[in-house]
Amino acid sequence: MRSNKIAVIGDKDIVLAFKAVGMDVYSASDAAEAASALKSIAPKYSIIFITEDLAQDNCQLIDRYKSRTYPAVIPIPPPSGSTGFGMAGIKADVERAVGTDILFNKED
Amino acid sequence: MAERLNVNPTRMELRNLKRRLSTAVKGHKMLKDKADEMVRRFVELAKENKRLREEIETDLAGALNAFMLARASSEDYIIEEAVAYPGASLTVKAEIDSIMSVPVPSIAIEKDESGDIFPYSFAQVTAQLDSSIVTVTELADKMVKLAQVEKSCNMLSIEIEKNRRRVNALEYVMIPMIEETIKYITMKLDENERSNTVRLMKVKTMLADK
Repeated sequence: MRSNKIAVIGDKDIVLAFKAVGMDVYSASDAAEAASALKSIAPKYSIIFITEDLAQDNCQLIDRYKSRTYPAVIPIPPPSGSTGFGMAGIKADVERAVGTDILFNKED
Repeated sequence: MAERLNVNPTRMELRNLKRRLSTAVKGHKMLKDKADEMVRRFVELAKENKRLREEIETDLAGALNAFMLARASSEDYIIEEAVAYPGASLTVKAEIDSIMSVPVPSIAIEKDESGDIFPYSFAQVTAQLDSSIVTVTELADKMVKLAQVEKSCNMLSIEIEKNRRRVNALEYVMIPMIEETIKYITMKLDENERSNTVRLMKVKTMLADK
């Protein structure tokens, strides 16, 4: 049976907001803590949200989970606003699949 | 000119190669069709992905900001106590779906509506906390959807890349190689045939001259 829980990795201040809606939270103040948390919880959850600033420093680790169906490691924006890391991920996907960026070129 | 395969120019080899060629051509056509359809699905998903992410990025940053403010305006332990035991548990039903035989996650949210969304008493916390929690609760649905779409996008884009390699390998390496070898064998066999005919003619004249 696949896990049916959602986890959030992020700064202590903001993960509590997700705790209130019933997700499991793991606080991490720096990239190394986030990496070890991600590694240890990856098999147990089907979705793991991680704040963009922490995701950015761990992108190699996150890439490793990309080719598997579960868990889905998804970057979410920190309260300071999006760093563009999540969007860059979509952009990279589109470029890999289509060869050129067909979604974002209108705005650039 | 493509390199030809290292095989003996025999009729048996020729027959085998012809069969391999027809399989390769059929496979190439099918993979190409698969690539077209995967790209079509992918573009749909990618657009959806972009839309969801934009919505979430704007809404969530606001909600989290409000939460941080709420946290700042009350004592730490009050907030921690307030959210320590969530009233509603949020679980999802995680299954594996298939888009063009690529395994993608299919995640449906299972909300336990029994509990109140506010797991605390209103006596101690500020209204900002309430509103940020309401927004985050509403966003949870969307975030799960985003997770599903984004993961599907990832998986599809990886599969599309793999598939493109296969198509190219067939189109630019396999098929030309086999064609070249078939040509070589046919020419070699024809050459043998001709030399045989000439030899027979020569033998015939020699016999006639005697």
